[in-house]
Amino acid sequence: MSLAAQQAAFGAWLHRADDTAIAPALADARGLAVYQNNYRGSLMACLAEAFPHTHAWLGDEGFEAAAARHIDAHPPSSFTLDAYPKGFVATLRATWPADPEVAELAMLEWHLSEAFVAADDRPLSPNDLAELDWDRAQLRLVASARLLHFASNAPAIWSALAHEADPPAAVVAETPTAFIVWRADFICCFRPASGAEAAVLPGLAEPRLFAELCEDLAGEHGPDEAVGLAGEMLARWMADGLVVAVIG
Amino acid sequence: MPLPAPRFGLGLRKPHYAEFLAGDVPVDFVEVISENFMVAGGRPRDILRQVRERHPVALHGVSLSVGSADGVDAEYLRRLRSLVDEIEPAFVSDHLCWTRFAGFQSHDLLPLPYTAATLAVVCAGVDATQNALGRQMLIENPSSYVSFAADEMSEWEFLREMVARTGCGLLLDVNNIYVSGQNHGFDPAAYLAAIPFEAVRQIHLAGHTSREIDGRGMLVDTHDQPVPDPVWRLFAEAIARAPHAWAMIERDDNIPALDALLAELDVARALAQTIDADQQVPA
Repeated sequence: MSLAAQQAAFGAWLHRADDTAIAPALADARGLAVYQNNYRGSLMACLAEAFPHTHAWLGDEGFEAAAARHIDAHPPSSFTLDAYPKGFVATLRATWPADPEVAELAMLEWHLSEAFVAADDRPLSPNDLAELDWDRAQLRLVASARLLHFASNAPAIWSALAHEADPPAAVVAETPTAFIVWRADFICCFRPASGAEAAVLPGLAEPRLFAELCEDLAGEHGPDEAVGLAGEMLARWMADGLVVAVIG
Repeated sequence: MPLPAPRFGLGLRKPHYAEFLAGDVPVDFVEVISENFMVAGGRPRDILRQVRERHPVALHGVSLSVGSADGVDAEYLRRLRSLVDEIEPAFVSDHLCWTRFAGFQSHDLLPLPYTAATLAVVCAGVDATQNALGRQMLIENPSSYVSFAADEMSEWEFLREMVARTGCGLLLDVNNIYVSGQNHGFDPAAYLAAIPFEAVRQIHLAGHTSREIDGRGMLVDTHDQPVPDPVWRLFAEAIARAPHAWAMIERDDNIPALDALLAELDVARALAQTIDADQQVPA
């Protein structure tokens, strides 16, 4: 048996508990159970650590059953365990299609953990404004920022659970609400995004002239309202540490 | 090449971050799990930068997969190199094992058959890693729970040949020697006698757990217990033969207060000092 065949066979034992191919290659197969236990144990622990509030919302039985099904269906493919939790959101969505708050709670936890280790940035501050050449300077979102849309009140449930308060009952809104998730210094945050913000923020994933952003707002809200909106948003973004100035 | 001085360290783990950041933890170096810091930015990388300002750092990986039949992963090496360039570690190490094949990642250190074919794969992986990092790698002997019918040599013979062919160093884990010795029925003393100690740059100390598996008692490398007496005895033998190796205690679960680990580290220091004194030749 080649090394490649042995490793494929060992993988089948870990992922599917199928030892038919690997056992004959071993001098003594009894220790295989240790590896199976380590493999599943580390993935279960990884999901539990990544989704503490989803776990609390579902309870041990529901969460662990969903985690076990996810591990059965999705072997890890990244060198870092930190990447493994991402796919669990889709598993939860498929498992509880009528309860969108479950997957959305997990989606929020996943994006907060992504923001936690996103690239460092130096956000634009009011002190920078006087120095900025607005004809050339472009703005972009900090690397940790992302815009999420929620059909449920998952952010309110998350906040209650994070503060060890009784969570509200799950509610599904008529229209989705947008939230911004980002990291300010080393603290991960989220807050609702206004309708105007939700419209323009996706365009700031890449550097963009502030003047172009104002033109978009003028097209949507009219030139008079656009000026006020742009100023309000820029002030809020600077206060939150949400945007970076890029000099072209 | 020479880098002896610091000798006694601890693994940097989350429950002790605050104490290490506050400073004055009496260790000569710290070791971190490389993958925990192979991230773009944020708090983890900042903590490592701050700790690095106070202590020499050793990077210890778990996902290099030097024994993968499909070779080491170039993207993994690129990210490890980025961390190495920033942190300038004293040592970079990983394990004699495989963790990845054909896109599957085990996140557990899996055993290799000790054959000539495997040796060629491992040496190619070590060479590729040392070339990508531009420095020597240390490879750690693993704990294992199965052995292969196809084995053509012992683990220590495999390690000797790997060192001779690649010029890599060794990270000798004396707990792993004890655990594997109990599980496979070899004599740890014979293992130590065959190790090329001139290549040993680091020594790991850890604890293990006894489990009953299919009616058979096995030791499992859990890193959740204090270092037990048989492992201390192996350490005393190892540090006598590698007096310049950097030694440290690994604790990854059931993590006690920092003082408890520092007390264990004092035991390591005392053992090494006793041996140092014994080896002094009177004028």
